[in-house]
Amino acid sequence: MLITCPYCGPRDVIEFTYQGDGNRERPEPASQNFEAWNAYVYDRLNPAGDHNEIWQHSGGCRAHLRVMRNTLTHEISSVAFVRGDHASPARGRAEDKP
Amino acid sequence: MAERQSPLEPEFHVGSHGNFEHGVEILLTETRPGSIVQLAAWPGEEKKLMEAIRGVTGLALPDGAGGGLSDGVKSVFGFAPGKFTVTDEAEGLAAALAKAVTPAIGTVTDLSHGRTAIRIAGPKAEWVLSKFFAIDFALPAFPVGAGRSTAHHDVFAQIQRTGADQFDIHVFRSFARSFWKALCHASEEVGYEVQ
Repeated sequence: MLITCPYCGPRDVIEFTYQGDGNRERPEPASQNFEAWNAYVYDRLNPAGDHNEIWQHSGGCRAHLRVMRNTLTHEISSVAFVRGDHASPARGRAEDKP
Repeated sequence: MAERQSPLEPEFHVGSHGNFEHGVEILLTETRPGSIVQLAAWPGEEKKLMEAIRGVTGLALPDGAGGGLSDGVKSVFGFAPGKFTVTDEAEGLAAALAKAVTPAIGTVTDLSHGRTAIRIAGPKAEWVLSKFFAIDFALPAFPVGAGRSTAHHDVFAQIQRTGADQFDIHVFRSFARSFWKALCHASEEVGYEVQ
């Protein structure tokens, strides 16, 4: 499986670390809402199809990535920096530019 | 400054090795830069950091992920979003950069004693490195000056191409000797020289 890192380009999955489901919403640290904490820790969609995931390019640029991976085919339909614009070099990959 | 010892020393055997009867196709050296510094910009401050690097080293970083350049004495390349590795043959680069990179722009980390820089050159350099790293070493995909972050068996490596058939590999000092031995073994079948 190849993941195309927005900074490094296509790399083997061995360079990446899975950081879990990308749909979790962490409650405020001081929250006493046990339902919300329970949902954060345990509730997963477990879809057969496109799945929103967090990966880290731990063996490369170490950026955290939001990856849409199909759990049936391993096809990856999108990869983006988790931090959005300000973590991405306003520049992009040199060779991808026209 | 105290004299720096090479972690490669017990395994650093100058001369020709391996299958070199038909010529030496790999040249392995340790470049031993006096300074190895990593710089990281806070989000949105990347351009100011690149400008500070230019002010101190005279090297104007190109735009683009993994972009870099070398003037033979000083080198710089991007290895992650907003992060750059700068090397200099002379010591004291970290102090000079710390003056130019204010806390509002980003951070300066002196890794001069923490990394070992190994240079692999020769017509088979791409071929040998392809045995280690699953990245494209072809010149159009990996231009001269550019940098790449990758790993070999969990040993992190930052690679800068400093010539058409020359690469500088930065590895952790503690892993440098085993990485060097592996590099020597991988170069045996084409014949290599250590200088």
